[in-house]
Order: sequence, then structure tokens, then C-alpha cells
Amino acid sequence: MSARPLSIYVHVPFCASRCGYCDFNTYTATELGDAVSRDTFHRVLIEEVRMAATDLRAQGRAREVQTVFFGGGTPTLIGPSALGEVLQSIRDELGLAPGAEVTTEANPDSIDQAGLDALLAAGFTRISLGMQSSASHVLRILDRTHTPGRSVAMARAARRAGFAHVSLDLIYGTPGESDADLRGSLDAVLDSGVDHVSAYALIVEDGTPLARRIARGELSMPDDDIAASRYELIDDALVAAGLDWYEVSNWAKPAGQCRHNIAYWRSDDWWGIGPGAHSHLGGVRWWNAKHPRTYADALSAGQSPRSGIEHLTEAERRTERVMLAMRMRSGLPVAELGDGHDRDGTVIDRLRGRGLVDASALDDGRLVLTRPGRLLADAVIREILDAASPDQQG
Amino acid sequence: MPAPQPGSTDPSIIRNFCIIAHIDHGKSTLADRMLQQTGVVDDRSMRAQYLDRMDIERERGITIKSQAVRLPYRAADGTDYVLNLIDTPGHVDFTYEVSRSLAACEGAVLVVDAAQGIEAQTLANLYLALENDLAIVPVLNKIDLPAAQPDKYAAELAHIIGCDADDVLRISAKTGQGVPELLETLVREIPPPVGRPDAPARALIFDSVYDTYRGVVTYVRVVDGRIGTREKVQMMSTGAVHELLEVGVISPEPVPAKGIGVGEVGYLITGVKDVRQSRVGDTITTQQHGATEALGGYRDPKPMVFSGLYPIDGSDYPELRDALDKLKLNDAALVYEPETSLALGFGFRCGFLGLLHLEIVRERLEREFNLDLISTAPNVVYRVIKDDGAEQVVTNPSEFPSAKIARIYEPIVRATVILPSEFVGTVMELCQQRRGSLLGMDYLSEDRVELRYTLPLAEIVFDFFDQLKSRTRGYASLDYEPSGEQEADLVKVDILLHGDPVDAFSAIVHKDKAMAYGTLMTAKLKELIPRQQFEVPIQAAIGSRVITRETIRAIRKDVLAKCYGGDITRKRKLLEKQKEGKKRMKMVGRVEVPQEAFIAALSISDGGAGKK
Repeated sequence: MSARPLSIYVHVPFCASRCGYCDFNTYTATELGDAVSRDTFHRVLIEEVRMAATDLRAQGRAREVQTVFFGGGTPTLIGPSALGEVLQSIRDELGLAPGAEVTTEANPDSIDQAGLDALLAAGFTRISLGMQSSASHVLRILDRTHTPGRSVAMARAARRAGFAHVSLDLIYGTPGESDADLRGSLDAVLDSGVDHVSAYALIVEDGTPLARRIARGELSMPDDDIAASRYELIDDALVAAGLDWYEVSNWAKPAGQCRHNIAYWRSDDWWGIGPGAHSHLGGVRWWNAKHPRTYADALSAGQSPRSGIEHLTEAERRTERVMLAMRMRSGLPVAELGDGHDRDGTVIDRLRGRGLVDASALDDGRLVLTRPGRLLADAVIREILDAASPDQQG
Repeated sequence: MPAPQPGSTDPSIIRNFCIIAHIDHGKSTLADRMLQQTGVVDDRSMRAQYLDRMDIERERGITIKSQAVRLPYRAADGTDYVLNLIDTPGHVDFTYEVSRSLAACEGAVLVVDAAQGIEAQTLANLYLALENDLAIVPVLNKIDLPAAQPDKYAAELAHIIGCDADDVLRISAKTGQGVPELLETLVREIPPPVGRPDAPARALIFDSVYDTYRGVVTYVRVVDGRIGTREKVQMMSTGAVHELLEVGVISPEPVPAKGIGVGEVGYLITGVKDVRQSRVGDTITTQQHGATEALGGYRDPKPMVFSGLYPIDGSDYPELRDALDKLKLNDAALVYEPETSLALGFGFRCGFLGLLHLEIVRERLEREFNLDLISTAPNVVYRVIKDDGAEQVVTNPSEFPSAKIARIYEPIVRATVILPSEFVGTVMELCQQRRGSLLGMDYLSEDRVELRYTLPLAEIVFDFFDQLKSRTRGYASLDYEPSGEQEADLVKVDILLHGDPVDAFSAIVHKDKAMAYGTLMTAKLKELIPRQQFEVPIQAAIGSRVITRETIRAIRKDVLAKCYGGDITRKRKLLEKQKEGKKRMKMVGRVEVPQEAFIAALSISDGGAGKK
């Protein structure tokens, strides 16, 4: 039996409408047409849960699940009872560990008070709401349909209903967003009393309508310096309100961290249920067919929906370990870099000298990013990995 | 009557001529028609541009190396003639080679496109032919084109040459129309060669080509005496003696002969392996009873433009060296020596006759030897007189002395621009900006003007031709020839990155243009160099004096916002790709510069060449 904790991710590939910046694997009703039924899709998901459990049992790796995360898309579009049924199947097949964290993402337009109650009753412990901004002109650029204030109201309602953990997502650096807009969003977030905040710089993904609008010159992305200042603004406000960073884009009150995401960043085991979902089990990663129709067809034929797989090499696992650990507050133990790494210590000294890694953490043998370091995390990760390049390891 | 044989051809039936034409005006097509109509190439073996040897010639439609072909021709009255068509290289960089080809002829066919009129380079070559006392046979080609204006351009030609407009032949080399009349006119109008058959042999080298199998093939025109096989010949400029292995004529494939005599044109093979041992313009004589006086006009090829050539992949350096060694066998004007650049690594400083020569060499290196190259901005040769009177010749900005300069001389050219009259204002403005001084202006016809300027060669080398073309919507043509040197107020501008000079961007410019160059380069580099983790000043400086400055601000944000379960593989692959990309980075001091940035920054001042 594997000692590594097990998590389950469930992907619900539906959205009421498509946001211009989004490149996630999600579809509107119009896009899917008759090919896939939303009303019965949870049964397809349950089918994969059963298959996963059978597979894990066969490998002798079945164990209680520590965290479950429903993401999308908009999971709440299939309704609380369907979500509850999927969760129940996980409970039946694998079992939930005592105190397991069960999260769903939700869109304020897709759930009401009764829905929140139903989720709680089904065993959900955490809800993550996509708020993005409290400025209506920013939401418009992002094609978000909710009116400002709905997310915050929903977050409050969720807390009132009894959710111990509520998270709000913010997107900053949207074309047209000002510092004042962002401050307004932060005030609203803090006012709602949530214990977790994710804040992402807007990324222009290739092939999205937003990318096309920028390419045509209709919109222009703010300079990276502005994005950096906004990050600092966010960090200042959240820290002042008692939410500390635990990953470069995530802040939480004590005990408010998302354990499911931490599992990803620690390279734990997780099984991804749903179209396009990625799984990771002991150094093997695979992903499902992306389109809901292809995915559903495979399962109804009794086959695995898997469409790709990679066996991570030692070097790849090491790269991922550095890449993920360095993004976290817990950082990377220097000892993990191994003997051959950065023998003369020049890279680490340089990072410390530039103020990118925390000096006192380093004295305790850990590489932990400072705030300027968090903003340059990718560069720092590259430098650490370069120092460990095979030709220097000897 | 059998066709006249090489070595025993009466000079009175020989007609030596060349074709002067602008690129695309139909020289090669006309040559093709002549080959066909005189019957030396049958229709079955005919291919387009028969005489152009290299792929690059055929593709770009230009003739780099000239060639001579012997065409037996029976005239309408039944007389047998021997026509020697001497092909001339078609570009400004090869003026000297053109002049030697012309010197081997008694006449020239002046071919002008009936839809476009004469161009500057054709005019320059026409003047060259007139200086050589050649008989000119003016021809308007492409009269089959709908846009042809034969009357207008016949008048223009008549005005330039001083003949009657009716004397201008009208042909279509494409269809063959008028070509028989042209051949008749040739034998009538072009005088036969005159020489002394009993005098010591003297033959003019007008071309020299390296052949992998045969060594150097030398093309000559016999002026006096006779050159036969099994003789030893002597190069009069160097005194070097070579065994003559083969003599012959090209008709249109090589045909060996016992010898060639007065007025004849043919080839010699001596077994030498390098065209430098058999130089264009030199006189060949026999070792025994040799001539004592060379034919006039020999000149060593002199590189006018220099540029550094670097392999993009540093490990290609040995291949580049081998490739240059090979090209040199066939290119007497190409010079090079190893050079090291901080920014670009190991490469060669190369000297060329001009921009087209540079471009051709570069293209051949890339195409025939599969090399990816960066070339630095081309520069001319400066003569620097120091305070103590010592002289220094500078072919590379990095050699430019930093102090104690008394005077600097730069090469100048006499440039001719032919253009529609509506663009005269804008072109004069361009020449003015480029420190030109007007020598004269003539109307060739109602709406076409010839402008003559003295210009520094350095100004021509710096994208002058592109500017000229863009200001005249492509209608201007340019020709120039070296015209000595002038004293000039020049400075070296260095570009510094974080305080370290980037040698590849140093340039010698006129004092008044230093600021403009500095601003251009610093702004360009600011765009091209990615932000680093520290602030990077980019400065342009003359000596220790900074004249312009830009700053690349330190990067503050380099982090992807999200990295969840489904992103990890993608993110890892991105990291691996970035690591690969780093291998293509060059370090200038502490600054990482992508190779592409160097290439892009260098390309702004490149591209001044191009066919004309």
C-alpha cells in the first residue's frame, strides 16, 4: 500500500457562457449540442470513479481519499444533487478520510441558498467562488456575466450556511483595470470574511478571444511592472488582514489553505475524473480525452478514457519538484538538491545576495522566496535547475 | 566551304562584341536566340539562359562571371563570319571586370527594354564602351510587350548615343523577331579586330574561372601574335610561367584547338588552381620570344567594402573557413582574415568589391555550404593620419584609433541616378542628406533625368539603395564608380551594454550623424534585448563621451500565475524549452542577449545591396 496521500479531482466541463480569456476544457450548451447531456453527465463521471477504484484496488493502491476537488467549467451547473451523487460514489468506492476536504468551484449565478445547503448536506466542506473583480468594466472585459457584488454576497451566504472554508478568486492586470479598481476588489473580498484568496495575473492564452482582441489592438495588456505593483498591492492588503501567502498566487488564514492544491504541489497521488483531467500516481502521469463526447463514449464502451501518459524520469521528477516546491511558502530544503548541485554555492549565494531567497530560511537549510523572489519565481527556478544541469553534476 | 577553324581564322571575318543591358532587359534571352539562330545550339538542347553557369545566376537573373562563346555565322550575302559574344558581368561592383570584357571587343550591342528605357548602370557601361571606342549597336528589346514605347525610348537612345532614332533596332529576344536583322547589323557595323600576327604574342585575360576538374580556365582575347598548345606562357604582371595544357574556343561547349590567333577569343588551361594566378586584366605572352610591353589597364582587385561574417552556430567555424577557401579559388577579389567578436564569437573579416559582391558571397556560403551566417554592418576603408604623421588603414571599426587623429580620409564615388523627373526633388534631398555634392543633371527625355553626384561610399553602403528605391517607388536606378577619397569629419560610435562595448555594433560615421546612429541603435537594442534581473543601460559613446542612453529596466515579474495538476506537464516542458533557449544566448558582460537580437539589430543597416 502506497504511503502517499490520495486525492480526487473531478472535472465538470460545462459553462453557461464562455469567458474570453479562458482556455480551460469547458463547453457551453450550444457548443455541445445534443452530443452530451448535462443532466446525465454525472453518471459518466461516476462510471470513471468506479473504474478508478477498481484499478487502484487491482494495484493494491486503493486507500481513503484525503481531498476531493470539483473544478471546471462550472461544477454547480449540473446541480448540487448530481455533485452529491458523484461524491457519494467516491465515498462508496474508496472511502473519505476523516476530516477530508471536499471543495467545489462555483459561479455566483449558478447556485442559490438552497443549493449551498444541499452541498453542505452532501458533505462538501469548502467552496471556491470565481469573483475576478468587483469593477463592472473589468468583468465586462473578462466576459463574466455576474454583476459585481454577487460573488461577495454568495461568499457571505456560504459562510452563513456553514461552510468552514470559502475562497474567492481574483484576476488582476486585466486591460482597463486601475489600482483603484483592484483596491475596491480587495476591500470587497476582505469584507466578506473569506479565509482563502487566490489572485492570478491575467494570462493571455493563445487562441482565446482575448488574445485575438489584443492582437487586433482593441485591448492592450498592462506592462509587467504594473502587474508586479498590483501583486504587491494584493499581498500588502491580504497580509494586513491576516491572510498569508502559502503559494505564489494563494493566501489563506491559518488553517484556511487548500489541502487539495497543496497535494498537487507536493507531487502527491491524485486521480483526475472527467474529460481532459490529469492524474498522477507514483511518477506516472496521464490525462483523459478532452472532449466530453469522446470521454463519455470510451466509458460507455467500458474502456479507459485515458488519451495520453508519461512516465516521469528521475530528472523530470526533480525538475517538477523544484518547480513546484519553490512556489510554496514551505520552500525547498537545500539538502534535497543533492551533493552535485551548485557545489560552490554560487547560485544560492547570488539568489540570497539579490534578495530573492529568504536569508533566515536559508540559514535553516530551506530555499524560500522573498516577495521580490515570488515575482521572479520562474527565473529563480531556472537558475536553480541550471546549477543542477547534468553536465555540472559530474 | 567549311567553317573557319580556330587558329586559322582571318581577323577580317571576326566580330568581337558584348551585350550591354540592365538586369531583366533581356541580355541572356538575346544570347539564347543568337545561339539558336546561328545554329551552335540546336532547339532540342536549348535551355533558358544557356550561358549562365551558376544556379544563383539563373535564379537571380544576373551574370556573375562572364563567358565567351564563338558563333560561326553565314551572313545573308553568303560570307562566313565568326562572332565572338563576350558576356559581361552585370553589376556595379564588377565595373573593372566589365571594362576588361569591353576591352576585348570592338563593338557592343546596347540592349534596352522598350517598356522601361535605359537604366543608370547600362548608361555607365555604355560610357565605358564609348571610352573603349567600341562601335555601338543600339537595340530596343521586348517590343512584343503591350507596355512597350519603342518610339519614346528610341528617341532617348538616339539622344544619348548621338545617332538617328531610326538606327535603333527593334527586336523581341523572346520571340526572335528582329534578331536576324541584328546579326546582319553586327557584321556590318562592328569593325574586325586589328593586330600584328607576327609580333610577340599578347593576349588579354578578361575572365578567369575555377573548375573543379580542370583547374583554372582563363578566357583571353588575342591581340597580337598567336598562342598555341605545348608552349609555356607568362603572366606579365607577375612574371609567373605556366605550362599550357589546353587551348580552345567555347562553341558553346569547350572545343580544344591547336592555337588561337589575332583577334580570336578562347580559353587556356594551365593547371593552376587559383584564379589569383591568372588575373583579369593581365596580359599573357609566350615565354619564348615574349612581348616586353603589357597591354594597358591591369589593376589588382581592391576590396571596397568590409564586413564580418560569423557562423550562427559557433561550431560551424571550421566549415566557414573551408568554404571561404573554396570560394576564393574562383573569386580573385574576395579577401578575408580571422576575426573574433565579443558578441558574435569566431568569424572572418571579409573584403568585397561592393555590396552585391558581399551579398553573393554570403548567399553562396549559405546555399552551397549550408551555413547560417550573421554579417556585421558593412563598412568602407578609411585612411587615418595620426598626429605624428603615421598612416593607418582601417577596415574594421574596432581598429579605429581612439585619439591623436590628424585627418581621416574616406572613399568617395561618382554616382549616376536615372529616375523619372517627378522624383528629382526627393532624390536630391536624399543625396544631400548623404553628404553628396551635385555634379550635374540632364534630361534624357521629357520625363527622365540623369543625376550625377559625388557621394561618400560609406553613405551608399548604408541602405542608400533601399532608400532610393522606396523614394522613387522602385523607378530609380543607380550606378557608381570609385572616385578617390576625401577628408571627412568622422568618429567612431561604440554601443555599450551595461558598460561593455558590443564590438559588432561599433560604426564609423560622420560626426553629424553620430547622434542619429546612436539613437537608432540604442532604441533598437532596447526593443530587442529582454529585460534582465538588473537594470541595463544601453549607451552610445564616442570615446568616453556618452551621446545617447536608453535603459532596459530590471525585470520585476517572471512568474506564471497558475500551476495546478493539469498544468504541471506543460509547465515543465516550458522550463525545459527555456533552458534550451538559453544555449542560444550570448553573454555581453553579465547581460544575456539572444542571438536573434544581434541578428535583428544588425539587419537594420543591412540590405543596402540588391540587384540593380
